[in-house]
Amino acid sequence: MSSATIVPLPDATDRALIVATQAGLPLTPRPYHALAEQIGISAEEVMERLIRMQECGIIRRIGLVPNHYALGYTSNGMTVWDVPDDRIHILGPQLGALSFVSHCYRRPRYLPDWPYNLFAMVHGRSREETDAKVEEIARLLGKDDRGHAVLYSTRILKKTGLRLGTRGD
Amino acid sequence: MDDIDRSIINALQEGFPICERPYAAAAERLDIDEAELLRRIGALREQNTISRFGPLFHAERLGGALTLAAMRIPPQEMDRIAALVNGHPEVAHNYERDHVFNMWFVLATESEAELLAAIKAIEMETGYPVYNMPKLEEYYLNLRFAV
Repeated sequence: MSSATIVPLPDATDRALIVATQAGLPLTPRPYHALAEQIGISAEEVMERLIRMQECGIIRRIGLVPNHYALGYTSNGMTVWDVPDDRIHILGPQLGALSFVSHCYRRPRYLPDWPYNLFAMVHGRSREETDAKVEEIARLLGKDDRGHAVLYSTRILKKTGLRLGTRGD
Repeated sequence: MDDIDRSIINALQEGFPICERPYAAAAERLDIDEAELLRRIGALREQNTISRFGPLFHAERLGGALTLAAMRIPPQEMDRIAALVNGHPEVAHNYERDHVFNMWFVLATESEAELLAAIKAIEMETGYPVYNMPKLEEYYLNLRFAV
């Protein structure tokens, strides 16, 4: 959550830059110059701001995200695990290090209904492949796996995106 | 998608330079020229082979509040409750999943207080509890796929 990490918040110019790159980096030889023109600052300032936002983690990186569905990874399971709280700081990074895990987070339990505290998204090219990877995680966790479940999405009920950067100051 | 496309996807997942002619710099490392790299990224985007090319933001660090929430909805009630939940503009995406906790959605607001207010409003409207499951710790986030 936002309160958990203390990093400087983006200012109004950063936000303008975030909004200008919502659809992606311009596909033109000097993309940072194009952004500069769009928001009315110099290209040097655009680059400095991007570097600074990258250093403080507002930008994870500038790069490409493949569409994993288009690449054949169509079986995506949200795996949830009940692991001991005093071991999760060791187990979380171990799951995250697996090549087929894309996101790995700790989230709260709601006992007794929801005992799971560790979430890992697992991607495979078929249900069988994904199920086999889930078994691999179970073996890795051993006795620390006190219970787990795999939740496959059966329907998209809404998809609008996060409207990043459109929030006011 | 040919070998050059594959090498572009693999290389640019790792990062992209910040300099005057970044496409020229990235292209040089891929042994192609700037114009070809621009053309190929454009085509990959068109074909929907890539879902994003540009800065990847850390959503929690943009100043808003964000959480994952879950609900347990009787299957015969799913469509009605989904319509109520989706009616809230704070609900960014919402998935049905094959579990008793069968509705999973992301809530994004400007503040923590608004987040809790949206959860309360959804509970009041639907009559079902909302399980707020914010990220307590991030161990890993990787959207890289070798192709």
